[in-house]
Amino acid sequence: MVPDAIEREIVIDAPPSVVWSIVTEGQHLAGWFSDEAEIELRPGGRLALTWRRHGTYEGRVEAVDPPRLFAFRWQTREGEFSDANSTLVAITLEPMDAGTRLRVVESGFATLPWPDDARARYANENANGWLTELEELRNYAAGVATARSGR
Amino acid sequence: MTARSDEADRLWAALGDPMRIRLLDLLLERGEATASTLASTLPITRQGVSKHLAILERDGLITSHRTGREVRYAVRAGGLGQARAALAQIAARWDTRLIAIKKMAEQASKSGAPAGTAATEE
Repeated sequence: MVPDAIEREIVIDAPPSVVWSIVTEGQHLAGWFSDEAEIELRPGGRLALTWRRHGTYEGRVEAVDPPRLFAFRWQTREGEFSDANSTLVAITLEPMDAGTRLRVVESGFATLPWPDDARARYANENANGWLTELEELRNYAAGVATARSGR
Repeated sequence: MTARSDEADRLWAALGDPMRIRLLDLLLERGEATASTLASTLPITRQGVSKHLAILERDGLITSHRTGREVRYAVRAGGLGQARAALAQIAARWDTRLIAIKKMAEQASKSGAPAGTAATEE
C-alpha cells in the first residue's frame, strides 16, 4: 500500500539550532502551532497541544535528534490518543548556506477512521464510494509527496 | 505521475492563499453559499470573493450552479473532491505553520537572542 502523506517545506534564514528551538520547545510551539503547549522532549514523552477553541489534542514524542529530526504523533479526532487514532509528523532540518531547509511530512491519513462529523456532513456519500475515494486519495497524496521531494 | 504532479502543483497554488482556505472552510461548513453571503462574513469584497472562488473552481475543489439570478458554490461532490479538499486544507495549515516558524526563527536569529534559551523556560 502506498503510504499517504503530506509533505511541505520551507527555507529559513536562521541556523538549524535556532529553528530547532522554535520547533521543539513548548513556549514556541504555542507560538506557531497551538495556543498552549506542553512537551516532554524525549522519545515517548507526552505532547499536549491546546487550542482555546478546540480543546487539547494529545500526542507523543517519537524521535528527538537535535538539530536534525523531531517526530511526534498527535491525535486528529475526538477520543483517546492512540497509534490508530493519530498521524505521524516528522520535521527534518537540513543546513543550507547560512540557513535551514525545514521539511515536514505528516502521514497516516488513509488509515485513520474518517471523522464522524465529516461522515455526517456528507451522509449522501455511500461508504464504499468513500473508501474508493480514499484509495484514490492515497495515490494522490503519494504523488504530491513525490512531486515535492523531487524538487 | 507527471499529470498528477502538475495537478498537485496547481492544487497547492489554489490553496496557497489563506482567504481561499477560509472560503473552503465556510463551504464545507455550510454546504453551499453565494459569493455575496460568503463576502458578508469575510473582510473582503464580493468581487474579491468571486476571484478566489473562480480559482478554487478552476482547480476542481468547488463547483457552482445557477439558480435564478444567484450562483451558488459548493465543495465538489464526490468523495475525492471532499477528501482532496480536506487534505489540501491540512497541507495549507502546515504552510501557515511553517511561515510562522520561519518568522519566529528569523526574528530570533536577527535579534541575536537564541530562541528558547533555558533562561526563559519554566
